[in-house]
Amino acid sequence: MTIVELPPHGDDRTGRPVLEVDELTVTFARKGEQPTHAVDGVSFSVAPGETVGLVGESGCGKSVTSLAIMGLLPRRGVQVGGSVRFDGHELLGASDRTLRRMRGADMAMVFQDPLSSLNPTVPIGTQVTEVLFEHREMSRKEAVDEATRLLDRVGIPDPARRLKEYPHQLSGGMRQRALIAMALACSPRLLIADEPTTALDVTIQAQILELLRELVVDSGTALVMITHDLGVVAGLCDRVHVMYAGRIIESADRHDLFARPRQPYTGGLLASVPRLDGARGVPLHPIRGSARDVIPWTEGCAFAPRCDNAQDDCLTEVAGSTVPLELDGPGRELRCRHPLEYPRSPAGATASGAAR
Amino acid sequence: MTAMGDVKRRRIDELAARAGQVPEGEGGVSLTKSAFRRLRRNPVAITGAVIVVLFLLVAAFAPLLAPKDPLTQYLLSEIRPGTIPGSREGFPLGVDNLGRDLLSRLIVGSRQSLLIGVVSTLLGVVVGMALGVLAGAFGGWVDTVVMRFVDILLSIPGLLMAISISVLLGQNQYALMIAIAVTQVPVFARLLRGSMLAQRDSDYALAARALGIRRSRIVFGHVLPNSLSPVIVQATLSLATAIIEAAALSFLGLGDPDLARPEWGAMLSNAQAFLSIRPELAVYPALCIIVVALGFTLLGESLREALDPKFRR
Repeated sequence: MTIVELPPHGDDRTGRPVLEVDELTVTFARKGEQPTHAVDGVSFSVAPGETVGLVGESGCGKSVTSLAIMGLLPRRGVQVGGSVRFDGHELLGASDRTLRRMRGADMAMVFQDPLSSLNPTVPIGTQVTEVLFEHREMSRKEAVDEATRLLDRVGIPDPARRLKEYPHQLSGGMRQRALIAMALACSPRLLIADEPTTALDVTIQAQILELLRELVVDSGTALVMITHDLGVVAGLCDRVHVMYAGRIIESADRHDLFARPRQPYTGGLLASVPRLDGARGVPLHPIRGSARDVIPWTEGCAFAPRCDNAQDDCLTEVAGSTVPLELDGPGRELRCRHPLEYPRSPAGATASGAAR
Repeated sequence: MTAMGDVKRRRIDELAARAGQVPEGEGGVSLTKSAFRRLRRNPVAITGAVIVVLFLLVAAFAPLLAPKDPLTQYLLSEIRPGTIPGSREGFPLGVDNLGRDLLSRLIVGSRQSLLIGVVSTLLGVVVGMALGVLAGAFGGWVDTVVMRFVDILLSIPGLLMAISISVLLGQNQYALMIAIAVTQVPVFARLLRGSMLAQRDSDYALAARALGIRRSRIVFGHVLPNSLSPVIVQATLSLATAIIEAAALSFLGLGDPDLARPEWGAMLSNAQAFLSIRPELAVYPALCIIVVALGFTLLGESLREALDPKFRR
């Protein structure tokens, strides 16, 4: 298996990256079962103030990647390999204690479903102050004041009263705001948002994204945005990594990616987004098959079974090597032997078209 | 025109600000509170609660309520082999084979029966929960050891174990309580462990871990409170079983040897010799046991419904 050494990107903006993920692998292995490679050699880095998107369909390994970075995967039956460095410090193999102290203080995470991510039996206020007690030496009164300030900052009206309420009394958007307040309570340097808008209405989605942009991106916090929503990518991300079957198959800046998707999968994703500026009656182009139709990366390109450009040498036995992730022009990487070629009219949406 | 627009704008903002506010006194309705609200509207719950409260009141004020002394023997002249006097003026339910007023004995006996039920259930809940928390919070080998121990307890038939324990500990009311409590322990341990395991993998527990909350705080502040509702329900239902079991042990002659304390089970046991002459002697204590058990069961079942998230709102 050839691994192509690539220069780390992202640190060209503000120097040293906050997060460096290097050849991360996550393998789920149960006794007597075929091990599953959920994440299979993923590398990327995030600089302060940068927003990096991890994009892909359900089951492509993006959430597992985020849990591996946070050290939240269960111990049993899971093997994590490679390297995850936060500010130069290796996180894989760090003690539980170290990791626990870092979580919430240095790096935080916002999850997909704001209702189930909040404890239904505990008032919002307690859940916010709890984080403050854990990581910042604070008296009870200071913590309550700080919690009020935090809720106010994320745009929750009447925060002092909301603190006493229970999660089921808040609207979906409010809950996600509260969770963001909790994540930002200790001003972390890295925030991982795992599909933070998926469970929300469209108007609320826009508000939450705007909030993230305001509070995270503009304050210099590094943001890893995990999503399958290309609208979110278009609106927020600087750099995008498209994942498929546990590997990154294309990396590019947002504008490049939307203007000239190279991987047929990326092209397919963009083509499946409805466009306002397209002619009416033109059918959408879904990617055929489903994410289950994969072949192992060791035997060829995992996307080949669903790919329109697939040819014989997409298989390892024909080409003699697995498909490598290679440099593809400035700031771009691509894992494909038969990419979409340009100039030609883009198969799908452009950045402006897919943006909300 | 702009001035006009400004006024409108301000009015809209005012209204919006008001709409965003929560009305006074509405803030912070906890799940417990809303469960109680639902409970109050449920006629089954009310029935159960009325029965339970009634019996608790009777037990609490038993000496005041009992019309006669439960130990004094009356009408001895009328008690002969083959005849026990039935109800009459002053003895609404009649007397037992020794001439003691049945009603007074039932009233005073409620104390002992309820006490044994409540204390043994409490004991069972506390010990069972301690084991359940241990297993549910730590997992791994702690879980294995605790759960195998519980399995062993569970594999012995409850009544058999209660009998063995009360024989081992000697005949007194504390032995009876401990014996019944031990049979309750495995149920609570398993229940709490199972519900904690389910909650431990919940999203909010993961979210709390992602915020670096320490494990003890996650277990006691997040997982445990969310795992309690099945235990509370089971405790209510177990109260009924405990009272029946106490009666059963007394019936078998393993109850309280202190004859100065009347108890329903003992009364029932005592009555079996006179079943053909005066079945009322057995019927009334049995009825008391059934009604109290029913009351606790109704209350427990409706509590389960009220706490069930599926019925929320």
